[in-house]
Amino acid sequence: MRYLLWRVAVFVAICIPPAIWLNRAWALDLGPDPGKALVDLFGLGTLVLLLITLAMTPLQRITGWAGWVHVRRQLGLWCFTYASLHMLGYGFFILGFDWAQLGVELVKRPYIIVGSLAFLGLLTLAVTSNRYSQRRLGARWKKLHRLAYLILGLGLLHMLWIVRADLKEWAIYAGVGMLLLLLRVPVIARRIPRRVYRKPAAATKV
Amino acid sequence: MLIKIPFASACKESDVTPESIYLSRRAVLGASLAGFAVSALPSWAQAADPSRYADVEAGKAPGWFSDKLTSTKWQAVTVQNEAITPFKDATHYNNFYEFGTDKGDPAQNAGSLKTEPWTVVIDGEVAKPGRYALEDFMKPYQLEERIYRLRCVEAWSMVIPWMGFPIAALLKQVEPTAKAKYIRFETLQDPKTMPGQRSGFALIDWPYVEGLRLDEAMNPLAILAVGMYGRELPNQNGAPLRLVVPWKYGFKSVKSIVRISLVSEQPKTTWQSIAANEYGFYANVNPTVDHPRWTQARERRLPSGLFSPNIRPTEMFNGYGEQVASLYTGMDLRKDY
Repeated sequence: MRYLLWRVAVFVAICIPPAIWLNRAWALDLGPDPGKALVDLFGLGTLVLLLITLAMTPLQRITGWAGWVHVRRQLGLWCFTYASLHMLGYGFFILGFDWAQLGVELVKRPYIIVGSLAFLGLLTLAVTSNRYSQRRLGARWKKLHRLAYLILGLGLLHMLWIVRADLKEWAIYAGVGMLLLLLRVPVIARRIPRRVYRKPAAATKV
Repeated sequence: MLIKIPFASACKESDVTPESIYLSRRAVLGASLAGFAVSALPSWAQAADPSRYADVEAGKAPGWFSDKLTSTKWQAVTVQNEAITPFKDATHYNNFYEFGTDKGDPAQNAGSLKTEPWTVVIDGEVAKPGRYALEDFMKPYQLEERIYRLRCVEAWSMVIPWMGFPIAALLKQVEPTAKAKYIRFETLQDPKTMPGQRSGFALIDWPYVEGLRLDEAMNPLAILAVGMYGRELPNQNGAPLRLVVPWKYGFKSVKSIVRISLVSEQPKTTWQSIAANEYGFYANVNPTVDHPRWTQARERRLPSGLFSPNIRPTEMFNGYGEQVASLYTGMDLRKDY
């Protein structure tokens, strides 16, 4: 497998934040409402991972290094994993697994509806992320996976409705997201200087 | 024969204080007394005023506050069958956006707040307006300890032993005129010491403003607090002077008050100005009126365990209906939320 070390490094790096969070929750270091804190952390983590995932293609174009896209699928799946834990935490800590209440929330709260749609989107992409689906869907696969842009929009809207008094943090994420989407507009994408990555000259002559 | 019928929400000291806290209080007391005996600090007389709860961080009480401790009516109002929230949680999980929007921000940043000297302005529709140094402002009042439930609009709650005096006593001093219909409170505005007020992305139009209808303010449960857990208010909890209105959502209980005005019109309060559909002027705790983004029927009583979330039903008027429901007879609380 190419870039094995790089892939493993990314894998490990993404395992670290949840390990730290869980440890802090365990050590009563997340305050008196650790459940809510975990839900928030995983929610924010999902957004950050989505932004990182969407940054891989532009990064490859700009730097010419192919390693970026080799971790793209892994990052997307991680994003889905964080989102799942975010949902699980919400169900357990906030709803107390009260299914009737979940029904009410799903009907009445726009931010829950938007968040759930985003999760369904991530689920769809996660399920179709394997080679088999790629082969089966053919050209449609790429179209389907453009859903990621819509999911980003839904996620940002979901967060905007939760922010109550200070938009600074949200504005930063929204700005990065906007930039990443702009880099995909064909007119702009064409202007990005493409650099071809060359391997350092080998020491021995062939 | 005098027959005293207590409110259902009232109870005796022995009913409320958990034994572990009571016992550890003794331990704290004993340990601190032993410590003083050894070191014989000159300030022992001031500092020996017992801290009555476990794990309370000692503060630096101003002289006027310490002087009032001897005459304080302890446990004047208590709650039934409820454990008091640990001091650490009540002081490290706060909404005080002047010091940042995260729950931990106030504890981290509020050290910059200068509470001495502190001036309180009384103005508007009163016979006796004035501008007081806090120690003079506080002179007429005896402190009472009031153990109240605190229900945040964000659906979490705590139980906190406040120390303060009824607003009614203040109103008696300043003599509102016939035109006074509402009371308006204003928090300090000082971007130099309040980092939240420096943020360019804040949606809040500082200073923070809250208000009550005059008859609400006259209700004996509504107090101005200067202390909690047997000591002066920590900065992050709204030092040196804050409002506490236990039957309303926490955001009504404005912190670090510098100005109290009696007014004839309903004041434009901060959260109502930002999102009137989410935060009403009355903001009475009401399990039947949901916040647009979450249910108010239940609350997380903190501290909430990781594996046993402490979720409980929310009570109408936060359980103080017997004392306050009559304020709202004839009102549609679904409309006037």
